[in-house]
Amino acid sequence: MAVDGAGGTDGVGGMDGAGGGFIEVDRVEKVFEVRRKTGFLRRERRQVRAVDGISFGVARGEMVGYIGPNGAGKSTTIKMLTGILTPSGGRLRVAGIDPSRERTRLAQRIGVVFGQRTTLWWDLPLIDSYRLMHRMYRIPDARYRANLDRCVELLELGALLDVPVRQLSLGQRMRGDIAAALLHDPEVLYLDEPTIGLDVVSKAKVRGFLRDLNAERGTTVLLTTHDLQDIEQLCSRVMVIDHGRLVYDGPLAGLHEAGESERTLVVDLERELPPIELPSARVVRVEGPRQWLAFPAGESAAALVARIAAEYPLVDLSVREPDIEAVIGRMYAEKAVS
Amino acid sequence: MAELSEQAEFSGQAGLSGQAGLSGQAGLSGQAGLAGPAAGSRLLDGLRAYRLIAGMWIRSTMAYRASFVMTTFGNFVSSGLDFVAILLMFSRVDALGGYPLPEIALLYGLSNAAFGLADLAIGSMDRLGRRVRDGTLDILLVRPAPVLAQVAADRFALRRLGRVIQGSLVLGWALTRLDVDWTPLKLLLMPVTVVSGCGIFCAVFVAGAAFQFWAQDASEVQNAFTYGGTTLLQYPPTVFGKELVRGVTFILPLAFVNWLPALYVLGRPYPLDLPRWTAFTPPLVAVVCCALAGAAWRVGLRSYRSTGN
Repeated sequence: MAVDGAGGTDGVGGMDGAGGGFIEVDRVEKVFEVRRKTGFLRRERRQVRAVDGISFGVARGEMVGYIGPNGAGKSTTIKMLTGILTPSGGRLRVAGIDPSRERTRLAQRIGVVFGQRTTLWWDLPLIDSYRLMHRMYRIPDARYRANLDRCVELLELGALLDVPVRQLSLGQRMRGDIAAALLHDPEVLYLDEPTIGLDVVSKAKVRGFLRDLNAERGTTVLLTTHDLQDIEQLCSRVMVIDHGRLVYDGPLAGLHEAGESERTLVVDLERELPPIELPSARVVRVEGPRQWLAFPAGESAAALVARIAAEYPLVDLSVREPDIEAVIGRMYAEKAVS
Repeated sequence: MAELSEQAEFSGQAGLSGQAGLSGQAGLSGQAGLAGPAAGSRLLDGLRAYRLIAGMWIRSTMAYRASFVMTTFGNFVSSGLDFVAILLMFSRVDALGGYPLPEIALLYGLSNAAFGLADLAIGSMDRLGRRVRDGTLDILLVRPAPVLAQVAADRFALRRLGRVIQGSLVLGWALTRLDVDWTPLKLLLMPVTVVSGCGIFCAVFVAGAAFQFWAQDASEVQNAFTYGGTTLLQYPPTVFGKELVRGVTFILPLAFVNWLPALYVLGRPYPLDLPRWTAFTPPLVAVVCCALAGAAWRVGLRSYRSTGN
């Protein structure tokens, strides 16, 4: 580790502000060669730059949201940070370790949760998967027990320990997966879409737990998500990646500003009416008795709903949060104008 | 300078949060990545991970006990059926390719016991392609254990003992029926042959799995060499064309699994006029095959980690 540090002074120099230190990513690239059939035997080779020269630093104890549209390079970055993929260029360090060179050593110090792929054993009681972690990570007995007890309590797993994983709901399984990733006291936790497909209650539990984990243990957390609420409730800092490049790195509020995001209020009226006219919102779409109104994300929906309810025959309504794709789309539109 | 103080601060924190014990261990397994004296510890790490994961799969199968009993029995019967086919043939003829029944049974027993052991140990490696496709290989890559050991233990199926038992029974029967002047050397050659044959088949499994890093649906090709190979070896080389025999001697060295040692014990002429001493080379051939397969695996894994999927 000391050798790594001594040889790598250039990395810190290239880092821009934002903490730096625990996770260091310096002009990292990942180029894939995609082969496509263009004829019976003829193939065309094309290079795809999944990650195109990204630099950032994450300090110990930070909680960072990493967002971007599908195929933007999020997963590729996570895979390089966990040592699954080797970068094509640039310099990368996690806790002073080069992930791709010392994969197994790094594995002892990081926890990874893939939202869509479980590490748990399908046909075995949940506790069996934890016992495997205990032995595979060579966790000292006392520490294993303490960590397990803590996770069981905070993630409400007590009643589930003896239940085969295949019988768990998606939310229960996700909580089980998070516990599995934390038994060896990782210093950094990577979460890939930790709330995908979860119901509101499960999402709240997962978020609450992650917040506490970060606050009490100082665990560094890096999470990718499509759910802006994850970021709102958890992360003080958000990084946006698009087309393999970091297009934003800063607080979430700044992202909303940069993207001027809007929420959408969908109202069902009793009958077909001309578009609703209000100063604080504009109608973006009308379909029979249903109308879509856009209003600034920063403003309360309550006042708007109250006015509509008072002036129009309102039957039903729902509010849609801006999705990340929309926010990023607007960021680009903004850039093009200015 | 900044880097130095950062390192100091970092190690201070690690000490504080009580991770000294952990980093000590992590250091050990980290060294295993280097070549040389640490290769042994890497092997031990791999065996340990293999045992842990195989144990989990055994427990998983035991969740469905009745199904386990039935599939083990089924495995025993289905692998026995091709010997029944041989028996039926011998109800019509006295010899196959010039070999009487006990001699064929020797070939059959050696080949099936060796293949059965390899199949039991790492027979599910052909599922690697599926793991590459659905991305679950990544889960294995973030664990602190060699990937090869984890993939080898994947879906460990105790029911495959069925073939090992069946092959051993036929082998045992053949040994009692053969008309051979047994010497200590010939007797010793039998277990050595089974173990070496197992090693050669294991190498085929590993190489086949490595190939799946590039071609994810190649498991059928692999089956042609493994299951197909073992069926081929149940018959003496005299029933096959010279080109085929040449292929399974020099290209994919299946002939060393059982043909050469068995022909030595039986005092029969070797195929392709090979020298007599080649009967004792299977251990060497197995080691070379495993080394080549290991190298192929490393190349495959490196390619996966540089191209992803």
